[in-house]
Amino acid sequence: MNAWQRFRSSYLLYSFKRDPVAVLSFSVFFFLVTVAFLAPVIAPYNPYDTTAFDILDGEIPPSWMEGGEKHFWLGTDIQGRDLYSTMLYGLRTSVIIGLGAVIFQSIVGIVIGMMSGYLGGRVDSFFMRVADIQFSIPYLIVAIIASAVFQLAFGVGRFEQLAMPLLILIIGMSEWPKYARTVRASVLGEKNKEYVEAARVIGLNSRLIMFRHILPNTMTPVLVISTIQVAQAVMSEAALSFLGLGMPITKPSLGSLINAGFEYVFSGSWWITFFPGLLLVIFTLVIILFGDWLRDVLNPKLYKG
Amino acid sequence: MGHLLEVKNLEVKFALRFGDLTAIDNISFTLDRREKLGLVGESGAGKSVAGFSIINLISKPGYISGGHVIFDGMELNRLGHEQMRDIRGNRISMIFQDPMMTLNPVLTIGTQMAETVLAHRNVSRHDAMDIALEKLKKVYIPSPEKRLQQYPHECSGGMRQRIVIAIALLTDPALIIADEPTTALDVTIQAGIMDLLQELCEAEDMGLILITHDLAVVSQVTERIAVMYAGRIIEIGPTREIVSRPRHPYTRGLINALPWGRKAGNRLTQIPGMMPTLTDIPPGCGFHPRCPGSRPICLEKRPDLVPVDGPDHSVACHMPEGSD
Amino acid sequence: MFAFIVRRIIQSILVMLVISFVGFSVQHSIGDPVRDMVGIRVSAADREALRDKLGLNDPFWIQYVRFLKNALHGDLGTSYFHSKPTMDVILSKAPATLELVFGSSIIILVFTFPLGIYSALKPRSWLSRFVMGASTVGVAVPVFLTAIALIYVFGVELNWLPAYGRGETVNVWGWDSGMLTLDGIKHLILPSVALSSIMLPLYIRLIRSEMMEVLETEYIKFAWAKGLHRSRIWFVHAFKNTLLPVVTVFGVEIGILFAFTLLTETVFQWQGMGFMFLEAVERSDTALLVAYLMVVGGMFVVINTLVDIVYGFINPMVRIAGAK
Repeated sequence: MNAWQRFRSSYLLYSFKRDPVAVLSFSVFFFLVTVAFLAPVIAPYNPYDTTAFDILDGEIPPSWMEGGEKHFWLGTDIQGRDLYSTMLYGLRTSVIIGLGAVIFQSIVGIVIGMMSGYLGGRVDSFFMRVADIQFSIPYLIVAIIASAVFQLAFGVGRFEQLAMPLLILIIGMSEWPKYARTVRASVLGEKNKEYVEAARVIGLNSRLIMFRHILPNTMTPVLVISTIQVAQAVMSEAALSFLGLGMPITKPSLGSLINAGFEYVFSGSWWITFFPGLLLVIFTLVIILFGDWLRDVLNPKLYKG
Repeated sequence: MGHLLEVKNLEVKFALRFGDLTAIDNISFTLDRREKLGLVGESGAGKSVAGFSIINLISKPGYISGGHVIFDGMELNRLGHEQMRDIRGNRISMIFQDPMMTLNPVLTIGTQMAETVLAHRNVSRHDAMDIALEKLKKVYIPSPEKRLQQYPHECSGGMRQRIVIAIALLTDPALIIADEPTTALDVTIQAGIMDLLQELCEAEDMGLILITHDLAVVSQVTERIAVMYAGRIIEIGPTREIVSRPRHPYTRGLINALPWGRKAGNRLTQIPGMMPTLTDIPPGCGFHPRCPGSRPICLEKRPDLVPVDGPDHSVACHMPEGSD
Repeated sequence: MFAFIVRRIIQSILVMLVISFVGFSVQHSIGDPVRDMVGIRVSAADREALRDKLGLNDPFWIQYVRFLKNALHGDLGTSYFHSKPTMDVILSKAPATLELVFGSSIIILVFTFPLGIYSALKPRSWLSRFVMGASTVGVAVPVFLTAIALIYVFGVELNWLPAYGRGETVNVWGWDSGMLTLDGIKHLILPSVALSSIMLPLYIRLIRSEMMEVLETEYIKFAWAKGLHRSRIWFVHAFKNTLLPVVTVFGVEIGILFAFTLLTETVFQWQGMGFMFLEAVERSDTALLVAYLMVVGGMFVVINTLVDIVYGFINPMVRIAGAK
């Protein structure tokens, strides 16, 4: 059977279909991601287009409230941008950074973890020392400081231009040790198994053994931590943007929107913070719920083989 | 005088989402003081569950669905929580399979021993430690005073199991249930542990239920054997008789599978097939798919456990060996 | 045990060196102390002379060593914005952050263990289900949203508690404490609750799952078989084993708590170290930024080392391994 057929008949899919929480959270997640990527198509306005909005339209409440206007469904922000459209684009930004950062940290972490676990010796000591050092400082502080340093180094303007890839890099670098450690532990466990010895006896080189034979067997723990990491990356980006160290207000993410709306919460324009906040919470929540389910399903069963 | 322990028509089920599964299907046996009974069977036969059900310690989703467990005149499965606690570890002690998993890794051995005494006797902690020391000596642990301060991982496997046995002895119980006590140990140590158990039961006047899949061990230590298959007792009787003249085809198969008495170079005999899982127990006699002498009646009717060769030896088989 | 402590300390010194190296590199490449000191109106030639005098044209390593030496003497440069030594600025803001962390820690300790353990022991009760549900949602809500919500509900709508600032502070031996006045304490409440909201759901879930896992172990089953009191099984056997992984996580998470003070302080205009850091970024005050990095980095190293040592005390197995 090929991989797809194996998946279709797997226990994983079976228990997925039977668990309402898993199905619901995955569907919502999938829906939100799709909507986010279709933002340019769906959104009634383009928030990046500075000619499309007018500051006189600022702070209009949601359409169902007094003073609201029909074409601004959820109201507008302080600069007159349609909140709904800006939120969609913001979601897209969050998704890209979240997934991008996780892909980055997982690739770096997996490669280092594999080399560390398989080659052992000095390579292992070196990388694990580095990981230990990075582990002593919480990922968020690393990200915040890195961000601050980049902002000072590049100046605010240039930083804004490079914000998205920079954030992916920063958030990615702050969490690779987690992947490295997990993979390394897995590799250490697999290294002594017979199929590895068999491969060595046949004469396969290290790289081949590492990536084609051992790697697939270490994917389970990687998968389990990846979902949480995506949620964490999204929240880290939101936090950075909220502090002004992330996405700028011209290309806002959900975090920067919340930040922008913060001062206006008390003067009555609560929606600018509320709706992006709500969207962020829902998005993070479904990722976490799905991750929880995935972890429960993968944990005892697959470790037994 | 009545029996020390009487198990009558015990039934244990597992409550699962798609229905209840019967793990133990109407078993009965008795045990007298100082008597050693072996409960034998392959993995999955239900023998551990039987052992746990005596002291009502079956993990969920298992539960006792019928029958009686009568210990010294008291019906155990009707007892309340506090009364049951009074029996466990006090009058009936249990020994588990793997001593590394049985002892709590973060508490000293002394603590784990003393607490058992303190839970059941009104003595000072100091006295409890003295009792612990005394029992450690009974199981021949060297430098017992040092052991009390140590942690489980500081002792070897054989020593740990001796400590577990010592814990079982702390309250001078009337009955010890030993669930595969030597399976997790090296072969060289197994004999020592079994000898110890045997000696202690005789010296301390205790009954022993030895749960194991190892027929060799059971034939040397016990006076009576009950053979379990798929949750049922299919043969029960004096050890000597069962080992020399087994009546049930399954028991015969088990005895034949032992490598003793075979000329070197001969093939080992096996019982073909595998024991069924709880969901797949065949109708009638559960063993019939693997039985060389099976007849049509074996598929239809489940055989009762009836005496053969006298009241002590019973078999659940339509065509017991050596008859007709 | 001693060897273990020594190794840990050496390791932490190593980490500190790395942090200092990173900090110095940042300062070296980004900061411009000359500009900070004299502004842009001074001529280029004068500026060069000043650079020479300050030793800024010396090789990298010499400057680094000088940096280290100064650091060990407590001199981490001068904040150009505040025109004061950075250490002074940091120390003046530290009490605010420390009190905030303290307030949150109290809330966390008071609530997580009881709720976590209760949810593990009685998972089906309505309180457990509610707590678990709230925790799951709570993990997804970022701290700044909670903070904003708290301010809106309690500060604006209900007007029960003040929404920003520290309120009245009393200077005790150089420590500006907000905890000695009722006004100060009232100001401390909302921020502490907001900060603790990050950790509460995580810990409750962690404690609950650890406890549930421990409750399924063989040694807990053995403890039941020994007939120990339920409270002893839960609170001595199970709890101690739950404590181990929780303590390790707690140590690391204290660090995260500090990180999140940054977010909380911005929302509440709380004049602590985090707020100071963000201001430094806005004002391009590199020296202050680097000093913050060093201080905070150093703090984490100390906390982690302490946690490891404490863990070594609780977990006997680590001690033995460390001594070898």
